[in-house]
Amino acid sequence: MNQTPSRPALLDVRGLSVTFDTERGPATVVRELDLTVAPGETVAVVGESGSGKSVTALAITRLIDYAGGRITGGQILFTDRTGRQRDLAIEPPETMRQLRGPDIAMVFQEPMTSLNPVLTVGAQIAEAITQHQGLNEKSAREEARRLLERVRIPEATRQLDRYPFQLSGGMRQRVMIAMALSCRPRLLIADEPTTALDVTVQAQVLRLMRSLQQELGMGLIFITHDMGVVAEMADRVVVMQHGRVVETGEVVELFTKPRHPYTKMLLDAVPVLGALADHPLPAPFIIGDEPHVEQDTVRHEATPVLELEGLTTRFDVRRGFRLVGRIHAAEQVSLTVAPGETLALVGESGCGKTTTGRSIIRLEQPLGGTIRVNGEDVSKLNPAREKRMRRAIQFIFQDPFASLDPRMTVGFSIAEPIHTHKLAHGPAVRERVQTLLGQVGLLPEHIDRYPHEMSGGQRQRVCIARALASEPSLIIADEAVAALDVSIRAQVVNLLMDLQTRLGLSYLFISHDMAVVERVSHRVAVMYLGQIVEIGPRQAVFGDPQHAYTRRLLAAVPVPDPARRSRHEGLDDSEVPSPLRRPNDMPVVAPLVRVGEGHFVARHSVGGMY
Amino acid sequence: MLEYFLRRLAGTVPVLLAVSLFVFAFVHLLPGDPARMVAGPEASLEQVERTRAELWLDQPIWSQYVRYLDQMAHFELGRSIKTHEPVSKLIGERFMPTLWLTVWSMVWAVFAGVGLGVLSGVRRGGWEDRAAMIFAISGISFPSFWLGLMMIDLFSVRLGWLPTGGYGSWQHFVMPAFTLGSAVAAVMARFTRSAYVEVAAEDYVRTARSKGVTERAVIWTHTVRNALIPVITLTGLQFGFLLGGAIVVETVFAWPGLGRLLIDSVSFRDYPVIQAEILLFALEFVLINLIVDLLYGMVNPEIRLK
Repeated sequence: MNQTPSRPALLDVRGLSVTFDTERGPATVVRELDLTVAPGETVAVVGESGSGKSVTALAITRLIDYAGGRITGGQILFTDRTGRQRDLAIEPPETMRQLRGPDIAMVFQEPMTSLNPVLTVGAQIAEAITQHQGLNEKSAREEARRLLERVRIPEATRQLDRYPFQLSGGMRQRVMIAMALSCRPRLLIADEPTTALDVTVQAQVLRLMRSLQQELGMGLIFITHDMGVVAEMADRVVVMQHGRVVETGEVVELFTKPRHPYTKMLLDAVPVLGALADHPLPAPFIIGDEPHVEQDTVRHEATPVLELEGLTTRFDVRRGFRLVGRIHAAEQVSLTVAPGETLALVGESGCGKTTTGRSIIRLEQPLGGTIRVNGEDVSKLNPAREKRMRRAIQFIFQDPFASLDPRMTVGFSIAEPIHTHKLAHGPAVRERVQTLLGQVGLLPEHIDRYPHEMSGGQRQRVCIARALASEPSLIIADEAVAALDVSIRAQVVNLLMDLQTRLGLSYLFISHDMAVVERVSHRVAVMYLGQIVEIGPRQAVFGDPQHAYTRRLLAAVPVPDPARRSRHEGLDDSEVPSPLRRPNDMPVVAPLVRVGEGHFVARHSVGGMY
Repeated sequence: MLEYFLRRLAGTVPVLLAVSLFVFAFVHLLPGDPARMVAGPEASLEQVERTRAELWLDQPIWSQYVRYLDQMAHFELGRSIKTHEPVSKLIGERFMPTLWLTVWSMVWAVFAGVGLGVLSGVRRGGWEDRAAMIFAISGISFPSFWLGLMMIDLFSVRLGWLPTGGYGSWQHFVMPAFTLGSAVAAVMARFTRSAYVEVAAEDYVRTARSKGVTERAVIWTHTVRNALIPVITLTGLQFGFLLGGAIVVETVFAWPGLGRLLIDSVSFRDYPVIQAEILLFALEFVLINLIVDLLYGMVNPEIRLK
């Protein structure tokens, strides 16, 4: 060991390999990985799905023993609280158990499923405290309350007796952090801790983690796929691909002078908010040496493909037969989409953007308002014309795996709308399917594949092909690229834009990802608590946001540039109010006020924001 | 919790009304004249007419139903055609043996079933898992009359430790409860195992381990407690099923329970008894479902508090 005594590595992983035994034989998912973390240092581990970053985390804590994997090589040298260096790769399970909690703690990605649903929050935090610190239940509870305050959970005493399902995602993740920090660990491993959270909540949680890390002086391994988060958090970065480390470096150096082509590709593919600040029109991602092309496809003078006027959808919440409240998912939503135009509908979870999309094609029954498709009021259509209207609007969902029938070939799924709408017969169907596959960048032979034989990106292309099969004029894309890795995401976004150019399609692009929205959309509508609070040309809304919520949303987006860190000090820890209201408590809805060319904003109070 | 209970309780009312309507209609749906059926095949025309008047069968149907509900509320279930005893007395005599047999069978079934299920879930893939699942398969596949007869042969005939049949002391319970409970235990073991394996893969179990909680707490506090939620449903269903009387086991062990009463009354076409038994089974199921719902609310806060 030739480390300087002043700064011994807290964690020193050398040549780590992890293998899983599968039906097809052993599969090595982490190979000869080296990783060091000093006390107080934040090391980001980045990579796309399947890079082995989560498995690395599980191997260091040895939770891999319970997940079916084994460590097949290397050392995990860790200096514990007594100053003794141990090799975690070979410690017995009981020693590892005693180290987990006081020495090494973890925070996981899914706050919704990572807490035990039948135990109170207080009991779950107190459990770790009684386990490792020998406190009695009363003092453990008191300590749990202090921890909740420390992670800025309001009314901590009351929250102790609540169950996870009663808390929002952001609150649950704070509880997870409180739990992980309960024994003041020396090393914290956070595996995609903010990926499942809304962007404003993400900003709050990141800020919290950073300040707690400084207070406790712990080492932090931050696993993420999001370069913006890396830039925000990391001192050093480790880039992984296919189970190997391809590059390691100081964060600024890595962002400015990436050496490995994969790192360069990752950085290029990251959508940067503000990249099109000087361009009024959207433009596809620049992959490789492609030129910057502006997406001038809108036919303003033509009849709008879609017009919504006062669309309102509410959900009754009943207890027994009694109406106890209503979720005001969409309140008086009015918008238009011109042929060839992309309108982005943005907002955070629960804001009503998905319900609006689903109400348009009557997956939800709207309570009021008119929907006009190509100038025709859909409520006044006879069945035959309604069927044609359904053909004109197609949907693409977020999860490309769940939205394809796993037992049917890709060809069958794409052909289904062709049969339904009788667009072709006999052998012509197969030809048409193959043409569609070609249009979305797949090969004709993919027609006989099953969804599980394809990657996430390919599956999403299949979903696009299926949407195109009925020759629609409008596609509603509900978080259609959110589940994809960054490099794939850029390709799929470019495909959608290319199809718009070639086929004159319109998109209602529902998304929470502001950087992607900047790339694809001509106009943007911001939703908050079921209402559109701001709508206008993308450049105007992003460049000169008029509504407080729009500003808050934009400010929370992490910027993939380590030089522009720590802009979040002004963000508060407040929760988004609930769209659930008492039966007769109607929200205030007023017409939007014009502030610029096609730019409108709400000047009445929506959840206390103007 | 109280509101939840009252809501569940109110929910049972329509079910009970529907069942009573069905049982009431039973007599009228059967082919032939209900008055003649109740009076018996040898009754004279005069007797039949008297029965008709006694049963209000000459009244309008709605008034018959109201009277019937009133009678049910007072446990007036009529008389058996075969023995002419009040049906309530017949059923009352048979109910307790069946209830106790059910209780002890279920105690054994839950103890063995959940125990083996958790054991094989914890040691999945190991020899304990395989042994427990072999037991489970055997329990499902051995017919209970065979198991019962083998036990009588061994413990009563050869060893003389236990009585061959009948109802009385605790010794009378051992073999029937074991025989009846084993089949249920086998199903429960398999069910518990799969529930355990499913919960063991949950994120929150991984979270518990990441806190350094002892393996014992991981298993009991975090895994078993959640795995038991679906097992409660199964237990309730099986309990209700056994309360209906176990025809085969009661026959093998000469047990004076409801199962044999049902068989006897069906073969004698003793309609008042059959009617009363259907009503009783329905009531039992409703009650058990109510208890299951309450247990659910106790175990799962999401149900209780929403």
